[in-house]
Amino acid sequence: MAKKNIIVKILRYNPEKDKKPFWKKYDLEVDDDSTILDILNEIHWNIDGTLAYRRSCRSSICGSCAMKVNGQNVLACKTPMHKFKGNKLKIEPLPGFSILKDLVVDMDGFFEKMQRIKPYLILNKPIPDKEFIQKPDEFESIRESAVCILCGACTSACPSLWANEDYLGPAALLKAYRFIFDTRDDGKDERIDIINDKNGIWRCHTIFNCMEACPKDIKITEYLSRLKVKVLEDSI
Amino acid sequence: MKPDEAKYYHKIDAVVVGAGLAGLRAALEIAKNGHQVAVVTKVYPTRSHSGGAQGGIAAALANSAEDSLELHMYDTIKGSDYLGDQNVIELFVNEAIKTVYEYEHMGVPFSRTEDGRINQRPFGGHSSPRACFSADITGHVLLHTLYEQCVKYNVHFYSEFQVFSLLIKDNVSRGVVAWDIREGGLHIFHSKTVLLATGGYGRAFKITSNSHANTGDSLALILENGLPLEDMEFVQFHPTGLYKHGILLSEAARGEGAYILNSDGERFMKKYASDKMELAPRDVVSRAEQTEINEGRGINGEGYVYLDMRHLGEKKIMERLPQVWELALNYLKVNGIKEPVPIQPTAHYSMGGIPANINTEVIKDAKGTVVKGLYTAGEASCLSLHGANRLGTNSLQDASTFGRIAGKNISKFLVENGYEALPSNPLDVAKAKISSLIDGIGGERHSKIREELQENMTKYVGVFRNEQDMLKLLKIIKQLQERYKNVTIDDKGSVYNLDLFEAYEVGNLLSFSEIIVEGAIARKESRGAHYRTGFPKRDDENWLKHTLAWKTEDGIKLDHSKKPIIFMDRFPPQERKY
Repeated sequence: MAKKNIIVKILRYNPEKDKKPFWKKYDLEVDDDSTILDILNEIHWNIDGTLAYRRSCRSSICGSCAMKVNGQNVLACKTPMHKFKGNKLKIEPLPGFSILKDLVVDMDGFFEKMQRIKPYLILNKPIPDKEFIQKPDEFESIRESAVCILCGACTSACPSLWANEDYLGPAALLKAYRFIFDTRDDGKDERIDIINDKNGIWRCHTIFNCMEACPKDIKITEYLSRLKVKVLEDSI
Repeated sequence: MKPDEAKYYHKIDAVVVGAGLAGLRAALEIAKNGHQVAVVTKVYPTRSHSGGAQGGIAAALANSAEDSLELHMYDTIKGSDYLGDQNVIELFVNEAIKTVYEYEHMGVPFSRTEDGRINQRPFGGHSSPRACFSADITGHVLLHTLYEQCVKYNVHFYSEFQVFSLLIKDNVSRGVVAWDIREGGLHIFHSKTVLLATGGYGRAFKITSNSHANTGDSLALILENGLPLEDMEFVQFHPTGLYKHGILLSEAARGEGAYILNSDGERFMKKYASDKMELAPRDVVSRAEQTEINEGRGINGEGYVYLDMRHLGEKKIMERLPQVWELALNYLKVNGIKEPVPIQPTAHYSMGGIPANINTEVIKDAKGTVVKGLYTAGEASCLSLHGANRLGTNSLQDASTFGRIAGKNISKFLVENGYEALPSNPLDVAKAKISSLIDGIGGERHSKIREELQENMTKYVGVFRNEQDMLKLLKIIKQLQERYKNVTIDDKGSVYNLDLFEAYEVGNLLSFSEIIVEGAIARKESRGAHYRTGFPKRDDENWLKHTLAWKTEDGIKLDHSKKPIIFMDRFPPQERKY
């Protein structure tokens, strides 16, 4: 397999030692079909064991390894090096989150926002013996929104969130969409109350950054727009 | 550090180790019953590897064709190559339907039939379309739904905590000690019950579908406590791993009608399983693939064959198999709509694990003596439900159903029992492990040791096994165990020390890998996923039995004599043909 020499700059920060984050440079040779995660592994395993980052499934379903590479939010495991021109990589943690160490950020707030929209089916009707009936097109309307892996790439890329950290953000709103548009759910009104708030859906200015950042190619902005229409319809 | 220091000491009814489907389903059950439960997990719950399961969850709903519990039971028994315990299989199929409807009522978005019921697709070794699915992200939606339910019912999560020791004394479980990965420091979880639900051990192999997290940590903890593991030689190799990466391409592709082709463009499964073809069970298909490759009919003579989805058409691929399509495109630059996808067998599922009875209580010997308060469920456990080979989609069902059963039994135990005292110096074992890694000076890198282990495991104890190779492997493992004593890590800090917890995981891999190999050497027959080239036939006369294995001061102790396979009269062993 062809090899390639690359220069990787990683934003490093260890709260036990460093006053502030700094760039550290690594020169290494890697297979030219390496992913960003392969490169991080190579550095961590063979060059510098002190580097910290999250990773698990390496098949873009667990959502652990979102980070910023050459200015874009990506999933490290999904992103081949050749996506970027040249032989230089600049890797930093997801912006908008506080850094715990190196590329590891604190996602507690992100998960807490998810909880605010009550991310579970709310039922006021009797539960059937078998399944609730839901037609294929009704399932299809929520299918893609359920693909979300909660990696945080979208939320981290959202300028509205940079301006106001209390904003629910695209991932939590997408989760709200997933339940509000679920034909089985009876919690539409309470959920709409939650998102029809000063830190809710109206902070979305349809900038499309979230959609661009989403490693699962979910049409987030479109779903949020449908959510806005739903909220308006509901308030008439 | 003292146990009474609040930050480090948690007294809580129940501890669940692991946050995949088994752990979360158990935790949900325990919380719904009004008990306090802590889930201790080394990754955020939604990062757990249950989310990687794609194709479906088995239950005989009969929504897409006729089906029955009896048939699901028969298929599972036959799939297990008659090593599965039939009382466990019977309970499993009886509870499976309830498990799926519960999920649907929790809000799991399932793909639907035209009339709005849960859709079901065919899967290998199942005689009827039995896999309830959500496109090809079934594990993902189940995992997320369960996590959301757990949050709703106030399950306490300790995410990014790595368990370093089990507190077992006088055959009673009293809790666990875990390292806080994010902040550093050891925590004692003092509990009435502990459920081990840490998943499989595929990371012992180089080519694997498993995530980095699947290092079988609790199996090593069981061994160090003088307890046995069961049937560890049975490792499932999934036939459709993405070439070179090992990443899973769902069996759902074949369920929807994809072919497997050799270099002659031949659907070679007709030679190996003329009836079921590509939908024979995984052990059969993986062996067929490996035979084609070994005999020079891999594509371009290389170590792979093709998964061909082209005839399914773009619409079906994008609706039913979008993740399969995306993975092939992303990692191999192959567009599955237009081109066949290179595949090879990949270490996928661990049939063996921590022995437990039908109530999910961990047992310590062939007689079934229970370790009080200690439970296990899901892939970490061996009940034994899957025997020598698991059928696709039975794993999500196993984790879910036995997670619920574990939760129910634990809830009952919690009502009837109080706290047992902690052993004296409860932190000692964990502290010793951490300081030996932090203070290590021999200069060995844990990553090198791990890579050598994985490479040799894939090479010598894979789809086909022979004694000579495995004896060689055993020697290699012994040497690696010695070298492991000299591991030195670069990171000596407390905060998010990835170096430390990876080094710890490598020690765990080395510990139970030896048991896999010893078990495989001892079992001189071919059954399910375990295939011995020198002993190509199943040998019911001598080997219709489970393996129990202990780690003792004198080495590995195996026992095949006393733990019988549980049979029902109506399912006697038969020749296994597909």
